[in-house]
Amino acid sequence: MSGMSLFTPLSWNDTGFILTGVWNTVIISVLAIAVGSMLGVIIGFIRAESGKFLNMVLGSLLDILRSVPLIIQLILFSTFIGAMGHPISPFAAGSIVLSLYTMAFMGEVFRSGFESVPHSMNIAARSLGLTAWQTIYHIRFPIGLRSVFPSWLGVALSVIKDSALVSVIGYMELLRTSEQLISRTQQPLAILVGIGIFYFVISYPLSMFGKRIERKMAA
Amino acid sequence: MDYQFHWNTVFQNMPEMLQGAFVTLHVSVLSMLIGTGIAVLLAVAKMNNLKFFSQIAIAWVEVARNTPALFQIYMAYFGLGAFGIHLSPYVAVLSALIFINAGYLAETFRGGFLSIPKTQYSASKSLGMSTFQAYRYIILPQMFRRVYHPMTNQFVWSILMSSLGILVGMSELSGETQRLQSLSFRTLEFFIVAAVLYYLITKLVLLSSMLISRKLFRGEI
Repeated sequence: MSGMSLFTPLSWNDTGFILTGVWNTVIISVLAIAVGSMLGVIIGFIRAESGKFLNMVLGSLLDILRSVPLIIQLILFSTFIGAMGHPISPFAAGSIVLSLYTMAFMGEVFRSGFESVPHSMNIAARSLGLTAWQTIYHIRFPIGLRSVFPSWLGVALSVIKDSALVSVIGYMELLRTSEQLISRTQQPLAILVGIGIFYFVISYPLSMFGKRIERKMAA
Repeated sequence: MDYQFHWNTVFQNMPEMLQGAFVTLHVSVLSMLIGTGIAVLLAVAKMNNLKFFSQIAIAWVEVARNTPALFQIYMAYFGLGAFGIHLSPYVAVLSALIFINAGYLAETFRGGFLSIPKTQYSASKSLGMSTFQAYRYIILPQMFRRVYHPMTNQFVWSILMSSLGILVGMSELSGETQRLQSLSFRTLEFFIVAAVLYYLITKLVLLSSMLISRKLFRGEI
């Protein structure tokens, strides 16, 4: 046995495996950001419009999602579904939890956006003969949504990074892929640096872009 | 729904859960304290004219902000092994949290520094203060007042993110929960209690931060 290694070094054959991880990270992030944003717009609009009581109830429910670590939410949800006798795939469980988590943060972002639209615009639009729905669609949505673009981008970027946690319930995203490669190759540094560069290359330009837009809006 | 909840085991193990919660709390407090210290240096370095220092600060801040926390923890736990540095799970999570907190807070502090008029600095200089005194008595107190709320948020974030310790076998609240549930297989019950504990801890932190801010900034905010 001497001279034979239990570990095989990293090779080009692993490219497909890594790309699957990359793809899975991208797909679950995009899904969670899309679904979370759509739900967040609805939640944000309801919170901006509703009275004190409903606002408080909704706010404290969403606050739970923001006050319990994502990793605990993931484990709880997938165990709960399993215990109820309807086990679902890690991808499905991960997408649901990550989308709801995203929704909780996006709701706050969009609420502040809708609240930033002055009430007088509403009145002006109605007095010009727009219906209530037209006012929402042509006035409040475009103005409210545009003003929060930098914050939206910030939340979206943090979702991409948080998607790494879905690995805990067995979803083969990028970081879990790398972990398996590490245990086979015993080359943690090279692999981890590669993974870090991947996240950085996605996140850094977008965060710079967000900052530039923010500066433009402030000016 | 044919799942039978059994809470007894969880309540019997409550002391260990609370011990885990205590570890969670003190790893976050420590990471905030050290992170704040480094962040002040990074913020000052970033505004420095010396290219060398500002480049290091920029690199630190951007890497911390643009990579996942889990990546930082893996880097500290597995990655540093390549250099012969083997950290315990506690130290690995602590150093990753310090790294991230310092990066995020540096940006916050830089904003805080920039919001303080330059005249404050010249005024303290003209009163005969040294640079250190000007920062210690004039600039920093005002800066910390302005960044107090973002700092509280960062603290809560640290508490939540310390839960990643579960993945490297650290015995904070999540790791402890994981260990205890593996002994009894009451997974659901244990993690529900863990979620409640996390919720309570964050609320406790927010409440005490509010009380402290009242004491610190009496009549000013």
